[in-house]
Amino acid sequence: MTEKERTKMALTGNEAFAYAMKQINPDVVAAYPITPATEIVQIFAKYVSDGEVDTEFVAVESEHSAMSACIGASASGARVITGTSSQGLALMHEMLYIASALRLPIVLAEVNRALSAPINIHCDHSDTMGSRDAGWIQIYCENANEGYHTLIQAVRIAETVNLPVMATLDGFIISHEMEVVESLDTQEVREFIGKRKPLYSVLDVEKPIMVGPLDLTDYYFEHKRQQIEAMKKSKAVIKEVIEEYNTKFGFDFPVFIETYRMEDAEYAILAMSSAAGTMKEAVDIRRSIGEKVGLVRLKVFRPFPFELLTEVFKNVKAIGVMDRSDSVNSMGGPVFNEVRSSLYELETRPRIMNFVFGLGGRDFPMEDALHIIDRVKELKDGKKLDFVEYVGVRE
Amino acid sequence: MKKKGWKELPEGCFIPGVPTSQDLKTGSWRTSKPVWDPNKCTSCFLCWVYCPDNAIILKDVGGDPKVSGINYDYCKGCGICADVCPPKVKAIHMEREEL
Ligand code: SF4
Ligand code: SF4
Repeated sequence: MTEKERTKMALTGNEAFAYAMKQINPDVVAAYPITPATEIVQIFAKYVSDGEVDTEFVAVESEHSAMSACIGASASGARVITGTSSQGLALMHEMLYIASALRLPIVLAEVNRALSAPINIHCDHSDTMGSRDAGWIQIYCENANEGYHTLIQAVRIAETVNLPVMATLDGFIISHEMEVVESLDTQEVREFIGKRKPLYSVLDVEKPIMVGPLDLTDYYFEHKRQQIEAMKKSKAVIKEVIEEYNTKFGFDFPVFIETYRMEDAEYAILAMSSAAGTMKEAVDIRRSIGEKVGLVRLKVFRPFPFELLTEVFKNVKAIGVMDRSDSVNSMGGPVFNEVRSSLYELETRPRIMNFVFGLGGRDFPMEDALHIIDRVKELKDGKKLDFVEYVGVRE
Repeated sequence: MKKKGWKELPEGCFIPGVPTSQDLKTGSWRTSKPVWDPNKCTSCFLCWVYCPDNAIILKDVGGDPKVSGINYDYCKGCGICADVCPPKVKAIHMEREEL
């Protein structure tokens, strides 16, 4: 590890994303504004007009067009970044699948916000969870500092495995709150990300190609199978890139999951993003009165690190999985269902239940965090409880 | 032709090399076919301009291009050529394709 005094900056989550983009200096940024992610591209557009980056900034008429422009630019070999949130991501939905299947390493700075209806601009994870099967790598960051570093890592990850990556921060809670970000020097960023080596380029006149032609029954399945394999292989790449980053720059960012006081835990909570910060404190409070409770923060949701979850939970008796969105399927949220499925192979499976919380930015106070821990304790002690509990909603 | 498995295909849903459209014989889609009459045709080239599949054949007659027939490998039978052929000429008519 290199010991180096890092530049400390006071940045909001959006500023942290924008600053990372400035240091990355992408070839093309095509974006459309949406609360609470607007600032990312607004700040970046200022960098462009002030001549601080060499980026071609494409102001488009919708998010569908934003992602389409990103796809075109990326297919020509450019390094491309965009930012969006909520309805914007939903409007991109069709194009998200095209970006991933064409194996274009686009990076998306995403700010988590609830989906309409009813209209709501505040945080939950229903937007990116709705895109969970779009073939994008998804990294849910806890705070502005992690968001900043993840966006830089995302460029390397995306361009190594040729898959698009979205890095997310919780809307308002992180996107608009100021925190300390320990930044890299621009030179360090540029060296770490290197130059993109595209799989192909539509602008290479020496090697003419046809991109995205009709595939039908005879080749579609083969192309999908390749994409599935790329997502599997991305696990090794994500690990390599984040570990190299940590070693080079002296950080200790978790790769797929972060474990907190799990060593001798009898029961555990799984949380994502900013709620994990609150939960760490709740764990400390309960630990201080002798409770053997721990926390696992799930950071990478796509690809899904089921092997690690099976391993980390194999000795606990009960787990509470927190979801900041609901699948509206009568059996809880997406995180819960996938975590639960990961445990199926265990010989003695822990008891498990789901806590859906914070929809539409509903506050997640300490008392709710402690309530969740205490419920999982009851579950561990054999009490029969509902499969899914909604925390923080008025009855 | 043996179709390639997923491990053999280039990654990224693209086809290397051009022109790839030559390999796709769109003629197999045809349900009716244009029949061209060399005695009526004035070689005005309207059919050649409009044909979406470049299936009108031209040949060189003493240094001038003349329409000389239809390439049924690629003609998909859309009928545009018969439609645009001037009414006074009517050098192309459509016939049902025998299946
Ligand atoms: S029928 Fe259509 S495809 Fe065939 S020659 Fe006429 S215009 Fe071309
Ligand atoms: S449109 Fe009719 S007259 Fe003109 S070139 Fe074609 S077949 Fe001949």
